[in-house]
Parts: sequence; structure tokens; C-alpha cells
Amino acid sequence: MKKFIAMLMAGAMAFSLAACGNQASKESQAGTDQTDKPEELSGSVVCLGSTSMTDVMTVLAEQFGMDHEGVTVSVEGGGSGAGVEAATNGTADLGLASRSLKDEEKSAGLVENIIALDGIAIIVNADNSVADLSVDQIAKIFTGEITNWSEVGGTAGEIAVIGRESGSGTRDGFESITKTEDKCKLNQELTSTGAVIEAVRGNTAAIGYASLSAVEHQNGINAITVDGVACNEDTILDGTYKIQRPFVIITKEGVELTAQTKAFFDWAMSKDAADLIRQAGAVPTAE
Amino acid sequence: MASESKKVQSKVQTARRLRDAVELLVKNIFFLCGFVAVASVLFISVYLVISGLPAMLEIGVTDFLLGDTWDGKNGVYGILPFILTSLAGTAGAVVLGVPMGVLTAMFLAKVAGNRVAAVIRSAVALLAGIPSVVYGLVGMVVLVPAIQKAFHLSSGACLLAAIVVLTVMILPSIINVAETALRAVPKEYEEASLALGATHTETIFRVSLPAARSGVATAIVLGVGRAIGEAMAIIMVSGNVANMPGSLFTPVRFLTTAIASEMNYATVGSLWRQSLFSIALVLFLFIMLINVALNVFIKNKKEG
Repeated sequence: MKKFIAMLMAGAMAFSLAACGNQASKESQAGTDQTDKPEELSGSVVCLGSTSMTDVMTVLAEQFGMDHEGVTVSVEGGGSGAGVEAATNGTADLGLASRSLKDEEKSAGLVENIIALDGIAIIVNADNSVADLSVDQIAKIFTGEITNWSEVGGTAGEIAVIGRESGSGTRDGFESITKTEDKCKLNQELTSTGAVIEAVRGNTAAIGYASLSAVEHQNGINAITVDGVACNEDTILDGTYKIQRPFVIITKEGVELTAQTKAFFDWAMSKDAADLIRQAGAVPTAE
Repeated sequence: MASESKKVQSKVQTARRLRDAVELLVKNIFFLCGFVAVASVLFISVYLVISGLPAMLEIGVTDFLLGDTWDGKNGVYGILPFILTSLAGTAGAVVLGVPMGVLTAMFLAKVAGNRVAAVIRSAVALLAGIPSVVYGLVGMVVLVPAIQKAFHLSSGACLLAAIVVLTVMILPSIINVAETALRAVPKEYEEASLALGATHTETIFRVSLPAARSGVATAIVLGVGRAIGEAMAIIMVSGNVANMPGSLFTPVRFLTTAIASEMNYATVGSLWRQSLFSIALVLFLFIMLINVALNVFIKNKKEG
């Protein structure tokens, strides 16, 4: 009897695996069907730069690789500086930077193509009465200058400051916008967005930050307004929400992109990629 | 007739040859399996030394081991906070977990009735089977807020939370090994003690426990090994900030969690990444030390 059950289960598992396989292949076929380009692209596309952009670019790279079987898109980190350098001397096909290009970089022939905007929401526990902070207050809280909620209009109680581990793109973004690089005094350094949200949900004295897409539709936490502006796609797109930065793909004037790079670039900047970008946590700028 | 017997003989010979071949094949398969284990250990040891030593030498062994600040991103590599945290966390878990585990083992081996013991034993087995990430999750959602409220802290993620989680995690291994050791104590010892007028409790503490001490010591070392190597459960409850473990309520980072939280970001080939391997090497040495201690205990047990 036991043997029989075991065999039955093994059979069921094998069947379900086979079913999964079928589904996957169907989906990938559907993916290829969508792209109605007759000419076959092949070769590789190397994107290099900002680690904050890795999530977005990896999602795009994977989808593009599925749609065009001959093309492999690789995404490498190294930081925005490395992205600018790679675009300048051509060591990568596309450079990535999570900041606007400086004037001297633009005059050197680099072109700024904003693919998305990255909005970072400041979150507190739902029971916290504080609903608005200025960028300056936020910076002071994270650097330890303000340590009690009563100093910013809340009920008295020590503030628990929750951030991300060093190297995290969200942390990098938050700290560069609030100008608190390497000065943050944290109570908790968590390794994922979900963990930060969970920690804030469980602690009435907590403040933390997370990508906008991750905090929408979450119970138990409040995304506070910054300088009176709520954090949502509209305020990020019109630039009124302060804690945001652009995700930039850098190209160079006069340098012709390879066919596969151009196809990837055009697709990534188009509306077709907008949903994927949104899924990866950024606000797409394509219209 | 002669040809008949020759036929039989050759048949027997083929059968024997076949049998020998199968024997040889099976033997080789056994050897291969054993070899995989040995090769993995050797490979990992050599790899850790090769990838961990250069950074340690470049930073300077004393600066690396005794430096009190860690900021891998900006090139400050001192892992003393991690070492002290790992030691403090493990020590805390042992202080809480060993008495609890050994007393449970005594209860299971000497006091509890069969039915009660069966229930507790299966609960302990279940406890051992819970994935560490689940310990972390429950710790984060239940334990951390509880500590925060109980001690009126701004944040409950601290050394104490990690110690509590580690204590629960090392209980199963301590209980299992200690119970086996207590069960192995010859009945005559206990009967003699009872015959001399000692109570049941006195017998357990004065006769059974000393007789099983090397097994109990093994249990403790096993617990230490499990505690010092744990990462996933404590990364979620300890706060994960590179502080010195000043008090039970300081948010801290362990050797294991230091590697886990930064490995994703450190660029390949950078000193930062290499130094993470150096941390792994230090951790590896700690665990080797514990293993040596374990072997010594087991050897003593056999001789005694």
C-alpha cells in the first residue's frame, strides 16, 4: 500500500513537472511571437555601472534575452562612476548611472537617457502620528541629531532608525539624496526591502526607507509626506517629491551602437518595457 | 560426461567472474562516494585559505582581527566587533541552552513516562527540522517586538534577540546527544546508588550525570558549533549593525551575517570581497577548533 502511494505521488510529481515544462516553453514561444522583427539579432550587449540600477536592468535583460535567443545582455555593477567611464572609453556598450550627468560629462559628448525615476518612500509605523517631515529633518534623524519623536511633533519616544546594509542601491540612493553618506547611525541594518517594511510594521518608534513600489498597498505602515508632498508616481514624475533620482543610460555622441545594442536600448526606453521597469521598483519615464 | 562437467565448470567460472566484477564495481562506487566527501572538505579548506589569506596579509593580521571598525565599502576592515559578537552570542546561547537541554535530556531519559517522553521527543525532532529562516522570521515578527516592549527599547533587534533564537536552535542537538549519553549509563550504577539510600534526584545528579559527562560535553560542543555557524536566523533579529557588543541591547553583527549581508555587493576582485573571504576563513578556523575539541571528547569517551 505504501509503495503504491509512493508510486502514485512520484507519478503525480513527474506529471506536474512535465506540465511546468510545457507551460514554460509555451510562454517563451509567445514571447518570441510578440516581437515581429524578421531579422535575427545576435551577439552580446554589455551594460555597466550603477549597482542601484541592477534590478531594473536585469529584468529588462532577461526579457530581452528571452525574446531574442541569439542575444545575451549582461549587467555589471561597479557604480555610477564606472558607468560614466565605461561609456566614455567604450569598454561597455551602455553605461549606467543613477544620477544626472554633470555638465562637463555632457560636454565630453555623453548623452543622458533617463529610463526611469527611482522614488524612495520614507515609512513609519501606522500608529505613529507624524505624517510629514522635511528632507532636513529626515537627514538629522538618520544621522542621530534628532533622537526623539517629540522633536519632530510626535509623541515622545526614542526613534528607532532602520536602514539597509551598505552596498544596497536603496541605501545609496537615500544617503546621496539626503546627503547623509557614511554618517547614518542605524539601529537596524536589514538586508531586504521586505525586512525593513516588516520591522517598521512591528515597531511604533521606527522609521525606515524603501522603494515606492514596495510600500504601496501595505498595511501597518505609513509612507509620510516629505516637505508636504506625498510619494507616488505622479509626484515623482513631476519632480515635486524630493527623495528621488534618475536612472540614466549613458550613450556617447558619434559612437554608433551595434545592432543588438540599439534594439535593446530602443526597447528599454519604449513604453513596452514600462511594466517591467515598474515591477522592478522604479517609475518608468517613457510616454 | 567430461564435456558436461567442463560446461558446468565454465559456467561456474563465468558466474564467479561476474560476481567479482560486480564486487569491484560496488567497491569503487563506495570509494567514490567517500572520496566526494573528502574532496569537498579539502577543496573548501584550500579555497578558503587561498582566497582569504591575501586580504588578511594586505590589511595586516592584527589590524584585521583587532580593528574595531568595519566599513567594507570605504576600505576599513576591522572584524573585532564580529568576532566578539559571535563569541558573546554563542556563549549566551550555551549559558541558556545547555542547562535547559541537559535537564530536558535527564527528564526524557530518567524521569518521564514512555508516553510523555514520546511526545516531547517528537517535538524536539520537529524543532530540529524547522528551517533557520523560519526561526528568523518568527523571531523578527514576534520576539523582536516583545523584547522592545518588555525592556522599553526603541528597537528590539539586538544581541539578546539573537541569543534567544540561537538558544532554541541548539536545544535539539543538545537534548538528543545528552539523552543518548544518559541512557547509556549502566543500570548497576544507579541501582547501587538507590540501594545505598540516595533519592532518585540525587542519583540522577550525582551518579548518572557524572557517568555521562563526556557525552554531555559532546552535546555542548555540538551546540556551540551550530550556534557559531548560524547566519540566516540571526541576520533578521540581531539588528545587523557593525557595533561592538556593548550590552545585551546593542544591535550587532555576527561573523556569519557579515559575510552574508555584503557578499552581494562587494565587487569581484576587490579587497572588500577578499576580506569577506578572510572573515569566512576566521569562522572556518573557529569551527575547526570546535571540531577538534569534539574529537577529543569523543576519544576520551571511548577510552573512559
